[in-house]
Amino acid sequence: MSSILTAGIVAPNFTLRVTPDQMLTLSDLRGKPVILAFYPADWSPVCGDQVTLYNELLPEFHKHNAEILGISVDGVWCHAAFARDRNLHFPLLADFEPKGAVAKKYGAYRDSEGVCERALFVLDRQGTIAWSYCSPVAVNPGADGILDALEQLSDQANVHGQLENADQ
Amino acid sequence: MANLKTPINKSDHIRGPAHAAISLVEYGDYQCPFCASACAVVDQLESYFEGKMRFVFRHFPLTEVHPYAEVAAESAEFAGTAGVFWEMHDALFRNQAILSVPTIMLIAEKLRLPETMMRLALETGQFRSKVRNDFMGGVRSGVNGTPTFFINGVRHEGPFDFASLASAIQSRLAADSHA
Repeated sequence: MSSILTAGIVAPNFTLRVTPDQMLTLSDLRGKPVILAFYPADWSPVCGDQVTLYNELLPEFHKHNAEILGISVDGVWCHAAFARDRNLHFPLLADFEPKGAVAKKYGAYRDSEGVCERALFVLDRQGTIAWSYCSPVAVNPGADGILDALEQLSDQANVHGQLENADQ
Repeated sequence: MANLKTPINKSDHIRGPAHAAISLVEYGDYQCPFCASACAVVDQLESYFEGKMRFVFRHFPLTEVHPYAEVAAESAEFAGTAGVFWEMHDALFRNQAILSVPTIMLIAEKLRLPETMMRLALETGQFRSKVRNDFMGGVRSGVNGTPTFFINGVRHEGPFDFASLASAIQSRLAADSHA
């Protein structure tokens, strides 16, 4: 298993294709917590369960004002077909050309197989990694770690909010 | 990460003796084919560990891929208020291949559930929060797909055929008795 970027590191910025004619830049999401879910491949059974679970949890993520981005080395047309089949309501980004370049920046690329690790990152509102986790590739990591991390970020934001109010 | 965060409680549907040495909790989805086959396995386990096991079923509907999973779960909850949760539960799995709203209403009719009240409960989402609470409790316990089993609060990793679950239960009993 490669060693992925850990908490406290500023998340490397990137621009990736999200649909055949749309790009998405990470820094455009500044101000919101962001969940990056790297996964090996569209269509493989474990990924299927994992993205299905995150899809069901979108309302919970949105309660924290968080956005989730799925990332694999699959191309945009593959992502489009996969998203349609699974009724996904969040973006899947194509780390396709140069292959795996973004995953490599996060330490989440498996050279031996040429796919992303099953790695999760939760970024805070300023784009710093608040939590990260790399799961064995055949194991669906679930969502409990993501939700714990988002709750901590919300708690911190509330404390800061209260402090700011107290200053006034 | 692999422990049950929501202990068995009053709002659960429980089958079997209250002080059983074995508590088997399943997170399941009425439209999931693996859960339907697990349903028969649970029956076998209950006979095999008769008098020593209680079984709890919690909802984990993956509604975006299973369009009838939510209505099925809420219908089971409605049946629960009339004391026939398990009858509805078993019938939903038995009829999984033809699961639809008319099928569910037909099962309800056979169980003599009041149709108007049931339709109202489903339309107003009377049991939606109960089902969602089950689901979120599962997520917080690390449930990542269905079916997921917990044996005495510890997640069962591995296959869910009779032999695998029975031997996992035996090992858990042995571990708990030495604890």
